[in-house]
Amino acid sequence: MSDASAHALEHHEPVTSTGIPNKKVLMWAFLGSDCMFFGTLISTHLIYRKISATVGGNFLDIRDVFDIELTSFSTFILLASSLFMALGVSAIHKGNLKSMRWMLLGTIIFGAIFLACQVYEFTHFIHAPGNELTLSTYRGEPHVFGSTFYVLTGTHGTHVAIGVFWLIGWLAYSFTGKMSVAHALDIEICGLYWHFVDIVWIIIFPVIYLMEYAL
Amino acid sequence: MATESIKYLAPNTENKVKTQVFPRPGQHTTGLVDWLTTIDHKKIGLMYGMTALFFLIVGGIEALLIRSQLWDHNMDVLTNREYNQMFTMHGTTMVFLVIMPLSAAFFNFIMPLQIGARDVAFPRMNALSLWCFVGGGLILNLSWFFTGGSPAIGWFGYAPLTDTRFAEVIGDMGPDFWIFSLQILGIASLLASFNFITTIINMRAPGMTMMRLPVFTWMTLIVSFLIILAFPAITIALVELMFDRTFGTNFFDFLEGGKPHLWQHLFWIFGHPEVYILILPAMGIVSEVIPVFSRKPLFGYGLVIFSGAIIGFMGFAVWSHHMFTTGMGVVATSAFAMLTMLIAIPTGVKIFNWIGTMWGGRIRFDTPMLFALGFITMFMIGGFTGIMHSSVPIDAQHQDSYFVVAHFHYVLIGGALFGLFCGFYFWLPKMTGRMMNEKLGKFVFTLMFLGFNLTFFPMHYLGMIGQPRRTHTYNEGHGFETWNQIATIGAFILGVGIVIGIYQFVSSFFNKKLKPAGKNPWDARTLEWALSSPVKEYNFARTPIIKARDQAWENNYGPRENHSEKEPLDDHGVHMPDRSWWPLVTALGLFGLAMGMLFHRTIDPSGELVRDYTVPILAGSVAIIGMIMWALEGPGGYHLFPKENEE
Repeated sequence: MSDASAHALEHHEPVTSTGIPNKKVLMWAFLGSDCMFFGTLISTHLIYRKISATVGGNFLDIRDVFDIELTSFSTFILLASSLFMALGVSAIHKGNLKSMRWMLLGTIIFGAIFLACQVYEFTHFIHAPGNELTLSTYRGEPHVFGSTFYVLTGTHGTHVAIGVFWLIGWLAYSFTGKMSVAHALDIEICGLYWHFVDIVWIIIFPVIYLMEYAL
Repeated sequence: MATESIKYLAPNTENKVKTQVFPRPGQHTTGLVDWLTTIDHKKIGLMYGMTALFFLIVGGIEALLIRSQLWDHNMDVLTNREYNQMFTMHGTTMVFLVIMPLSAAFFNFIMPLQIGARDVAFPRMNALSLWCFVGGGLILNLSWFFTGGSPAIGWFGYAPLTDTRFAEVIGDMGPDFWIFSLQILGIASLLASFNFITTIINMRAPGMTMMRLPVFTWMTLIVSFLIILAFPAITIALVELMFDRTFGTNFFDFLEGGKPHLWQHLFWIFGHPEVYILILPAMGIVSEVIPVFSRKPLFGYGLVIFSGAIIGFMGFAVWSHHMFTTGMGVVATSAFAMLTMLIAIPTGVKIFNWIGTMWGGRIRFDTPMLFALGFITMFMIGGFTGIMHSSVPIDAQHQDSYFVVAHFHYVLIGGALFGLFCGFYFWLPKMTGRMMNEKLGKFVFTLMFLGFNLTFFPMHYLGMIGQPRRTHTYNEGHGFETWNQIATIGAFILGVGIVIGIYQFVSSFFNKKLKPAGKNPWDARTLEWALSSPVKEYNFARTPIIKARDQAWENNYGPRENHSEKEPLDDHGVHMPDRSWWPLVTALGLFGLAMGMLFHRTIDPSGELVRDYTVPILAGSVAIIGMIMWALEGPGGYHLFPKENEE
C-alpha cells in the first residue's frame, strides 16, 4: 500500500475511541430509535384490536379479510432475502465484487416481491367483496382496524422500499469501478438495516396476523 | 490565522463526482455563502443559538400578549380564539424553538471541545439538523398567514381539539402546520442526537475515558439518548394524527371508534422525557459552572452523572402523571404516583451535590454563578411543587389551574432558561474572545430574577384560589385582579431583562471595546479552556492526550504527571472537511415536501376534493437528490498547518 492510499484510509476510517466505526454506531443508534417507532405503531394496533371490534355492532373477524397463505409466502420471501443480504456482506468483505452484485440483486428482487405482495394484499383487502377494509371503514362502516393495520404495515413497507432503493444505489455504484473492499463497511450497514427491517416483520407477522387465528 | 494551506488531493479511493451542479465552496469562503454551507460545529452552534434567541423574543411577545389580556377581568386585548392561539404558539415555540435549540447550540459548540475532538462525527449531517430546525420553525410561524391562523389546540394538541369536524374555522390549517413543523423539528432533533451520541462514544481524545468526561458532555449524551427514544412516540402520534386529518383514518376520532385517550398516552410518553430533555442540559451547564466559581472540583462527580442517567431512565416511566384525572384506574394511577415520587430522589441528589460543591469553596459571585444559583433555587421551588403534584388527590385539585402554570415555569424558566443564560455568560467569552460587561450582566440577572418571581410566584396563589389556566379571561369578584396585575408587571420586567441579555450576547460578537478574554478568563477546569478564545477553526492543532478529569485545571495547578500531552504535529497537517451545499438543499427539499403536503388538497368547483401531489413529489425528489449528491461528493477537504506552539 502506497503512502498516499494509507493516508487516504486514515481519513476514511479514523481511529475511534471504541474501535467501532462511526457509521456503524450511527446505524445502531438509529435502529434503537426505530424500535420505538415500530413499538408505538404495534402498541396502537394492539390497543385498538379488541376495543374497535364492537363499534356500531360491526363486529370484525379479520380472518374474513386476511389472506394468511399469501402473507406467509411473503414473510418467507422477506426472511430469505436476509440470507442474500448476509452473503452479500460476506462477499464484499472478501473483495468478491461479482458475487456481491448477485447477492444484492437477490436481496433487491426478494424485497421487491415482498413489496408486490403487500401492494396486492392492500388492494385485495380494500376491495374484498363484502368485507371491504379501508383506511377508515370496514364493510362501509367506520372502523379503526384499517387505520392501525394499514399505517403499521405501510410503515414497514416503506422501510423495505427504502432498503430496496438503498441497495439499488449500491448495486449501481458497484459498476462505476470505484467500489472496493473499502466499502465493505457501507454494505454491512445496509445489511444491519435490512436485517432489522426483517426482524420487525418477524414481530409483526405473529402479532398482527397469526394471533388473529389463535386468540 | 497564521497558517498556510495546500489543496487536499483526493486519492483514488475517494468518492468524487466531477459533475458538480454548483461548485463546492472552498477553504477561503466567506460571508453569506460561508454561513449557508458551513459544516463547522462552532458556526452551526452559533446559528442554532442566534435563531433560538430570535424565537425567544417571538415566544416572549406571545407571552406578554397573554399577560396583557389577563391584566384585568373581562379584558379584550385578545379574543378567546386569539388567546388559544397565543398560548399554543407560546408553548410550542418555547419548547421546540427556544429551549431545545439553545441546548443544541451548547451541545454543538462546547461538547466537541470538551472531549478533544475537531468536529462532530458527521459534520454535514449536523448542518442538515440546523437547517431542518430553521425550516420547522418557519413552518410553525407561517401558520399565522393561512386559513384559520395559528393552531389553537395547545402545545399538547389533545384530541379531539385537533379533529377537523370541531374546528372553529372551516378548513382550519393551524393544526396541520403544527403537525408538519413538529415532524421537521423531530428530524432535526433526531439527526443531531445520533450525531452527538456517535461523537461522544467514538471521538474522545486519547485518555478521555467515559469517567473523565465533563458533566456537560455526559448530560449531552443522556439527553441525546432520551431524544432518540422519546421522539419516535410523538412522531408516530403525529403521523397518525396527520392521517386522521388528511386521509380520514380514525385513530383519535371518537365518533368512529378511535380513542382520544390514546393521544394523551402517546403524547406524554414523549412529553415527559421531553421535560428532562429540556432540563438536563441546564443541569449539565450548572454542574460545570458551580465548581469553577467555587474553586473546588464537583462534589460527587460519579453520583451527579449517575443521577442524570437515572432521571433519564425513570423519565420514561412517569408519563401518566400528566393524566391522573383521566380515569386510568387505581392501580395505574398509584404506580405512576409512586414512580413520580421516586424520581425526586436523583434530582435531590444533584441539588445536594451542587451545594456540597459550594460548601467550603471560595465562591465568586460573577454573572454565570449568579445564574447558576438562581437556577438551583428556582428549580427547587419548581421541584417542590412537582413533588406535590405526584400526590394524586393534590394533583386532582391543581389540574388545569394556574398552580400548574407556576410549577412548570419555575422548572422551565427558573430552571432551564436560567441554566442556559448561565451557559451564555460562562461560555460566550470562549466563543467571541471577549469578556462581557459584568455590571450589565448582573443587572440582567437582577431584572430576570425579580421579574420572573413577580410573574410566577403569585400564580401559585391564583391557582389555589381557583383561576383556571387556558381560559382567556375571568369575571369580576373572584379576587384574581391584583395578583394577575403583579404577574403582568413581572412579565414585562422579565421581558426587558431577557431583551437586554440578548442584546448583550449579540453585541459581544461585534463590540471591539470589550476586554479580550484570553484562554481561561474564569480559571475554569475543563478542556475547552485550554484553547485560545475564540477557538480556531480546527479546534485542536494537536490532539491532546488526556491525563485527568478537569484537564485545564490540572494543567495549571495539578502535579506534573497529570498535565496533558499533545500528539506530535502531523506532516499532513490538519485535515478539514469541505463545506457543502447539500445539507441546505436537502433541508429545503424537506421544507418543500411539508409545505406541499399542507397544500395538496383543493376543492374543485363541483365540491369534490382534489389531491395534487406534484409539489410534494418534486420537493421530495429535491431532498433525495440532495442526499445522493451528498453521498457522492464525499467529505473532500483541505489541509491546514498550524504552528508548533499553537493551541
